[in-house]
Amino acid sequence: MLADNLLEVKNLSVSFKTRRGTVRAVRDLSFTLKRGEVLGIVGESGSGKSVSMNAVMGLIQDQNAQITGEVIFDGVDLLKKSDEELRAIRGKDIAMVFQDPMTALTPVYTIGWHIREQIQLHSDISNDAAYKRAIELLEEVGIPDPDKRVDQYPHEFSGGMRQRAIIAMALSLNPKLLIADEPTTALDVTIQAQILELLERLRKSHNSSIIIITHDMGVISELSSEVLVMYAGRMVERSSKSSLFSNPRHPYTKGLMNSVPRVDRDRTSRLETIAGQPASILNLPSGCAFRNRCPLAHAACEEIPPFKSDVSDHGAACFLVEAGAVR
Amino acid sequence: MVFVLFSISVLVFLIFFATPGVDPAARIAGRNADQLTLQQVRATLDLDKPLPIRYLSMMNHLFIERDLTSYVNRGAEVWPQVTQAIPATLSLVFGAAIIWLILGLGLGIYAAGMRKSWIDPAIGILGIIGVSLPVYWLGEVVNLVTQGKLHDTVFSWVPPLGYVPFTESPTGWFLGLLFPWLTLSILYAGIYIRVVRNEIVGLMQEDYIKTVRAKGAGDRRVLIKHASRMSMIPVVSLFGLDFGALVGGSALLTEVVFGIQGIGRLTFTALQNFDLPLIMATVMYAAFFIVIANAIVDVLYAWLDPRVRVGR
Repeated sequence: MLADNLLEVKNLSVSFKTRRGTVRAVRDLSFTLKRGEVLGIVGESGSGKSVSMNAVMGLIQDQNAQITGEVIFDGVDLLKKSDEELRAIRGKDIAMVFQDPMTALTPVYTIGWHIREQIQLHSDISNDAAYKRAIELLEEVGIPDPDKRVDQYPHEFSGGMRQRAIIAMALSLNPKLLIADEPTTALDVTIQAQILELLERLRKSHNSSIIIITHDMGVISELSSEVLVMYAGRMVERSSKSSLFSNPRHPYTKGLMNSVPRVDRDRTSRLETIAGQPASILNLPSGCAFRNRCPLAHAACEEIPPFKSDVSDHGAACFLVEAGAVR
Repeated sequence: MVFVLFSISVLVFLIFFATPGVDPAARIAGRNADQLTLQQVRATLDLDKPLPIRYLSMMNHLFIERDLTSYVNRGAEVWPQVTQAIPATLSLVFGAAIIWLILGLGLGIYAAGMRKSWIDPAIGILGIIGVSLPVYWLGEVVNLVTQGKLHDTVFSWVPPLGYVPFTESPTGWFLGLLFPWLTLSILYAGIYIRVVRNEIVGLMQEDYIKTVRAKGAGDRRVLIKHASRMSMIPVVSLFGLDFGALVGGSALLTEVVFGIQGIGRLTFTALQNFDLPLIMATVMYAAFFIVIANAIVDVLYAWLDPRVRVGR
């Protein structure tokens, strides 16, 4: 019997030693991902969302990096694995799709070559069979003329087509988990919707769970079932999507929601923004990292607020939530 | 390509034969030439005719009839001198290029792969030493060692200085060129080690390298199949320039030090004697090889980098 939880991250912290002291990029991140679930991680640039996923994948090679905590994937702690063992998992059980499809493929190899490389890194199948599989995969992700396109080079593909090909490559071995790091950020809005639909369709047909990293609340609302909001390296709110959208608790989440342009609102009113600059992890305020920008900040915020969850597993790290002031 | 060569020939011709205030006949005939020689020069090269005719006549003597004669050198024909020098220079530069490519690429890639250990800076220092050794000095030192006292014992197999044609004796050709090859290649190997290593280390930051690692590829595969493969693109253009220049006569110092009668040395003597017809010929020859080398680079480039291919 398989455990219900595919991925359990416990107290994950990532810090980098630099000349200006230790930079704590991710602090005490804990969450679980159930099989078949889609988790959305939201946050602005520098909030630690990409770094935490790179840590999960074992892709942080920086010698100055310190990673602590546990990343339990399918019952084993990935942080305790050797690089050799991790390599067997990367690409096969956990695949990753990156932000910019224009630069994510080595330009001198054909699309088919890239997909074949992915397949053959983890299985002993012949070139011909891998090549045929590549064509099938391209067809599955909706690339027209896959038997011709398979021999083309990345620069001959448009951005959206490239991202489709990259997704085909990532899903070629039916990974249990797909981590998509801002997969639609570099694409046109119309293409974004198509890519998200594609991810959702493939998630079902390939039985994969997905973690999608984004700063776009729209992407979250389309795809995720669970949402995790990060700010300055910490998780500030976590809940199911419906609960988060109907009842955001952390002031930062509310700010994010309000700053999404809406077509159904009065257009003469200005778009709301979150005041100030995103907190730099190089120079964090003491206590709650958001308090300099928070409209509801008060004296208690000079302490770091604990992360508290309610019975419905909707949690936030804010004193006001704890006190029941924000509902 | 043909157009480029034509332009160069016109330009070289104009510089040497149409410079205002200079009588090319007097230049060609050399110092202290008598009136009779001057007359002869003017007649054979049609120097009293209009400029275009003079150009055509010059090219005719140089390339078609190949009887352009150097007066400074008392009647030595230019064409055979050049054709005799070509195999020597080609042998020297080809052999050296093979050595420096093997060393440069091999050590450069190895250093990039070892960039987290002491091996990388150690190779870097080797590279700097290689770059810092001047050919004329290194060559003389090599000669001192191999042709001096030790010639009777350890290096008795090293033939005396000079070039032995391959057709005459393949072993003599090889042994005679071995030390010139090594001397010439050390400088370039040093440069290439650094270029390749830095190129690869830079490419390691690229997004696609991260993709490959996320696919589960090992360090070796990332290094060889992706980063090194990409680094070949700029290295090939560098190589084309270096190779073209060397074949065109830049191997001069090596040729002089090791007594090889190559193009560089020929140009050098021609310039010393102000042997105008010979200078004209060697410049044309150098231009020809640089253009050829660039054309080959263009072809290689398209083969290496699909992005520059146009039309399919």
